Amino acid sequence: MPKMDYIDAIRLAMKEEMELDENVFVLGEDVGYKGGVFTTTKGLLTQFGEERVLDTPLAESAIVGVAIGAAMYGMKPIAEMQYSDFMFPATNQIISEAAKIRYRSNNDWDCPLVIRAPIGGGIFGGLYHSQCPESVFFGTPGLKIVAPYTAYDAKGLLKAAVRDPDPVIFFENKKCYKLVSGDVPEDDYIVPIGEANVLREGDDITVISYSLPLHFIMEAAEELESEGITAHVLDLRSLQPLDKDGILAAARRTGKVLIIHEDNKFGGIGAEVSAIIAEEMLYELDAPIMRLCGPDVPAMPINPPGEKFFMLNKDKVKEAMKKLALY
Amino acid sequence: MKKVTEVVMPQLAESLVSATIDKWLKQPGDTIDMYEPICEIVTDKVNAELPATIQGKLVQILVGPGETVPVGTPVCLIEVEDEGAGDANSAASTTSAQQPSASAQGTAVGSNERAAVRAQGAASEAAGVSDSENSMRYRYSPAVQQLAAEHGINLSHIQGTGIGGRITRKDVLAYVASGRGANAAPASQNAGAGASSAPIQPPQPIYTSKEPVRSTGLHLSETPRIPKVEIEGQQVPGRSEYFIDVTPVRNAIARNMRQSVTEIPHAWMMMEVDVTDLVSLRNKLKDDFKKREGVNLTYLAFWVKAVVNAIKDFPIMNSVWAVDKIIVKRDIHIGLAVGTEDAVKVPVIKNADQKNIAGLAREIEELARKTREGKLTLSDMEGGTFTVNNTGSFGSILSYPIINYPQAAIVTCESIVKRPVVINDMIAVRSMANICLSLDHRILDGVICGRFLQRVKENLEGFNLESTKLY
Repeated sequence: MPKMDYIDAIRLAMKEEMELDENVFVLGEDVGYKGGVFTTTKGLLTQFGEERVLDTPLAESAIVGVAIGAAMYGMKPIAEMQYSDFMFPATNQIISEAAKIRYRSNNDWDCPLVIRAPIGGGIFGGLYHSQCPESVFFGTPGLKIVAPYTAYDAKGLLKAAVRDPDPVIFFENKKCYKLVSGDVPEDDYIVPIGEANVLREGDDITVISYSLPLHFIMEAAEELESEGITAHVLDLRSLQPLDKDGILAAARRTGKVLIIHEDNKFGGIGAEVSAIIAEEMLYELDAPIMRLCGPDVPAMPINPPGEKFFMLNKDKVKEAMKKLALY
Repeated sequence: MKKVTEVVMPQLAESLVSATIDKWLKQPGDTIDMYEPICEIVTDKVNAELPATIQGKLVQILVGPGETVPVGTPVCLIEVEDEGAGDANSAASTTSAQQPSASAQGTAVGSNERAAVRAQGAASEAAGVSDSENSMRYRYSPAVQQLAAEHGINLSHIQGTGIGGRITRKDVLAYVASGRGANAAPASQNAGAGASSAPIQPPQPIYTSKEPVRSTGLHLSETPRIPKVEIEGQQVPGRSEYFIDVTPVRNAIARNMRQSVTEIPHAWMMMEVDVTDLVSLRNKLKDDFKKREGVNLTYLAFWVKAVVNAIKDFPIMNSVWAVDKIIVKRDIHIGLAVGTEDAVKVPVIKNADQKNIAGLAREIEELARKTREGKLTLSDMEGGTFTVNNTGSFGSILSYPIINYPQAAIVTCESIVKRPVVINDMIAVRSMANICLSLDHRILDGVICGRFLQRVKENLEGFNLESTKLY
């Protein structure tokens, strides 16, 4: 099985789906001739031509609006937001249109649309290139949201998103593009939307997370094991819908839960995961549910010490894990 | 009072994960001042001396010369004079190294402290501890209480290893695994294990069931049920109406009708036809025809023939509106509106102009039979260019048909009734029928349609015993 980078797995998923289904097409800023600012769509224009790889104007609302129309007409668009920070002009299209089409048409119409958007900081990108907007879209029924961490999941979830009959937001982590790599089968497989994945088994604490922080968690877990602390690590993979059963099973394993994400703490994914656990299994908890998240400040600082303060890292994660283990 | 603290391998550079001790500058027993170098360290990037972070006496070296250890690993132990609540105490707490059982205060907790707690466990407890060290001793988590109830465990018998002496879930599980739980309790009592002289209290089950317990409030985590549309026959008491699901056929009819009415500007006209001669013609021939051909000789066959022949004279009736042009069809395929109990279908007589009356009669009967039996195929219903609707079959004398989209017009044949009619200023009893036409006023106007209907009328009135041939 070939080992490939996270970004190559995403590209391969698009290539495969475009080969399989002529209704699948890509549109976004610089996705064509430039091949994407991160090279995510590199080579697609050459292979599939201008009619299936569309360079668009700098107008996210139009990108998503066009994609919604095409999706309702039976196409399967993959709309790229160059950075998830640029997604907000399209928020009305995403939340008020795409998410609600099936509902308001009484099931007559659907919107099989995928919106790819790179999230996360730590790349010296400052406030316009580092945001994690999950919590903005998280509370919108009608949207599905996935945020893979492994290269395997990146390919499998993107393929599942393309085939899904409803709008799916695919939050890929730009820092993972080259940092994360792993075994990715070259054959056709999908990772079902809505299923969490246990990355590591353990008995002392349960750590629930998604996307880049899992990289730090896995490193910290490795180190803590040598100190006699074993961590049970759950990768949510899908944020909407959340894998409730998976979350509860992982939390039951140890009764001590730590939820980690880069998006800020207040009103984030962790709040919902925490509420699910509190609603369902209060009597099996052995410690208060803990959260380690980005700070509740307006934006990622551009200065290096500020960015370092904002970003999660292995040490912050390890400290939190240890604190819970010792509780 | 003395206490022992540890010095850990520092992170000398950002990317550094481990370092090697080159040689020790101090030996066990040496007194060490603050910031005094205690050993030399070698890494890929830098060589450095490790300064003491605390003042005291070196008691033990944990990592020997030449050994490589990860950043954060304790390298030696230093004995510190504890000056109570003095400066040394605050200094010590910043180095995260206190006497193991003091972890109750610990916000920053030493890495091997946990192990130390495990190892020393009971010993340090027995040595006598202050209140703060046991601050969490009687704070039981829900998980601990539930496990204790399940296994009938008296929690006062368990040693807590958590922060502040808290009993953790794992402590309880370990206690159960060690066989000292409720199940083993009678045995241990019989054996007279003197350690716990007080009889074990009867378990006080907080919960008796493992089912999820909800003490308060609504539980709203499940997705709300999707309401079902009622169907006929399901009685809902107190409801004055009921719902019928729309079938695909009904849906198709509704769609076509709405499209026709909204897109086509309909106009309507009617003429009266004297079919007395046709009635006597048919009455004379029908029994013989039935015997010979096996099918009924219906009025509709004559009607269709009359319409088809009129269309041949006025081809514009056989057309379709195409916005910037009008498409006139050369082939004449007549659709017949055939009603069933719950729907209406329009099977098509292909090339109706090439068939004689007998052939039309045979085809009409065949299509009507297939419609009633539900055996129409798609090809039976395709390609109509003009539609005839036999509304007279259910007694109508006047109707306003909706055009079969996208055709240009539709004709109905109404009931034949005997009526007094004035002919040459004399009153006669004649068999009369109305013929109604709805037309697409974008294509057709009153004059052309009037002529067309007049021609149909002439054709119908021209059927008679003398000149009409069935074959």
